[in-house]
Amino acid sequence: MISTEELNLLLTDLLDWYGYDFTHYSRASLTRRVDRLWNLEKFPSFAELRYRVRSDATYAQRFVEGITVNVTEMFRDPSFYLALRNDVLPTLTAKPFIRIWHAGCSTGEEVYSMAILLRETGLLYKSLLYATDLNPEVLDRARSGIFPMAPLRQYAESYRLAGGTRDFSDYYTAHYGYAKFSEDLGEKMVFSTHNLVSDSSFNEFDLILCRNVLIYFDKLLQEHVLTLFDRSVGPLGYLALGSKETLKFSSLQPRYKQLNNEKIWRKIG
Amino acid sequence: MAQDWLTQPHPVVVIGGSSGSIEVLLTLLPGLRSPLRSALIVVVHRRNTADSTLSELLALRTRIPLKEVDEKEPVEAGVIYLAPADYHLLIETDFTFSLDDSEKINYTRPAIDVTFESAAAVYGPWLTGILVSGANADGVNGLLAIRQAGGRALVQKPETALVDFMPQQAVQQQAFDQLVDVDDMIAYINSL
Repeated sequence: MISTEELNLLLTDLLDWYGYDFTHYSRASLTRRVDRLWNLEKFPSFAELRYRVRSDATYAQRFVEGITVNVTEMFRDPSFYLALRNDVLPTLTAKPFIRIWHAGCSTGEEVYSMAILLRETGLLYKSLLYATDLNPEVLDRARSGIFPMAPLRQYAESYRLAGGTRDFSDYYTAHYGYAKFSEDLGEKMVFSTHNLVSDSSFNEFDLILCRNVLIYFDKLLQEHVLTLFDRSVGPLGYLALGSKETLKFSSLQPRYKQLNNEKIWRKIG
Repeated sequence: MAQDWLTQPHPVVVIGGSSGSIEVLLTLLPGLRSPLRSALIVVVHRRNTADSTLSELLALRTRIPLKEVDEKEPVEAGVIYLAPADYHLLIETDFTFSLDDSEKINYTRPAIDVTFESAAAVYGPWLTGILVSGANADGVNGLLAIRQAGGRALVQKPETALVDFMPQQAVQQQAFDQLVDVDDMIAYINSL
């Protein structure tokens, strides 16, 4: 297992050489991720792992992708999407234009889930979905709209639990173990790299989704990122987090009102 | 990882199990002394939904405070913590919990191995891992890590487990210090 000191050296290298700042990420999870890559690549020693990261920019990019968690799914936590469908989107219908930001979108499954909701509520034509992640490689996959078939049966069930009434398979065509989602869903998506640690606010949004990203950050970085979101949510806009994340104990709390029991907050002040 | 056991004031017990483990907990919890001098962390394989039914069910069986873990929460003696569904549960070197939604390990999230291994690195000899009934080999590697870090590994006697595969795997891999039944677990935890 990598030691605390070795991990600190690696994180300093990633910051100094490549500008990726992981120093405020939760260490227990990072330690596991780095151990996994170390075993996978069979580096005989820490020194060789470190040398590879420092000397090989292509590998360093893969390493960054490997230590960040890129697990995502469509319609994860169906009740959350049901609340978006029934309680959030109806309040945005009067707007001439709807801007949504998926921060830390990974391979894009949530962005496609949102596009399906917008399509079914008749709002997609006037919406723009900004999807950002720090890994360019996962954004390429997200942009393609092609996802593995294996979990689709579960996605279809989650879609139904999230209030979906169509035949889920209408949204994609299957090819050799992959599902290609229809291109008109992707037309309103803009994919771009953005690092929540170091990049700033770039627009004003009606809804920001950042689910299961903050759990990887320490409290200081959580507050920093929440402040960034606060500056990016328009008046009466929404901020949505993962099922174990909260605005409670943050400086935003007094100015945001939580929707029922869902991890969705509306900016009221 | 930096270990600073001298500042760690209380023992920690992590119980892991899969099929048949709820039955163990329903017998174990009523037998535990209140207040509890250790922290008790429960990692069981459960359905993939964030429902609170399991914590409510377990809380009915004990006067000890029992809660589903919130991320960044400190690990405290006298509390029973339940790993939330759909997240791996880890412990930081400052004795706080953290959550991780990375890939399933041993086809499951939370994985017992993840919590055992992470707690072993932080608590060393202060940690006891208990592996009970289940139909999966999750937890065995974690018990080995606990023993290697100087902690103690207890395994439910396979003949007393509703599903004996999991304890049987631990026995085969020599991943235990002692085989126990539920009464032994109660006596052990109460003695800490």
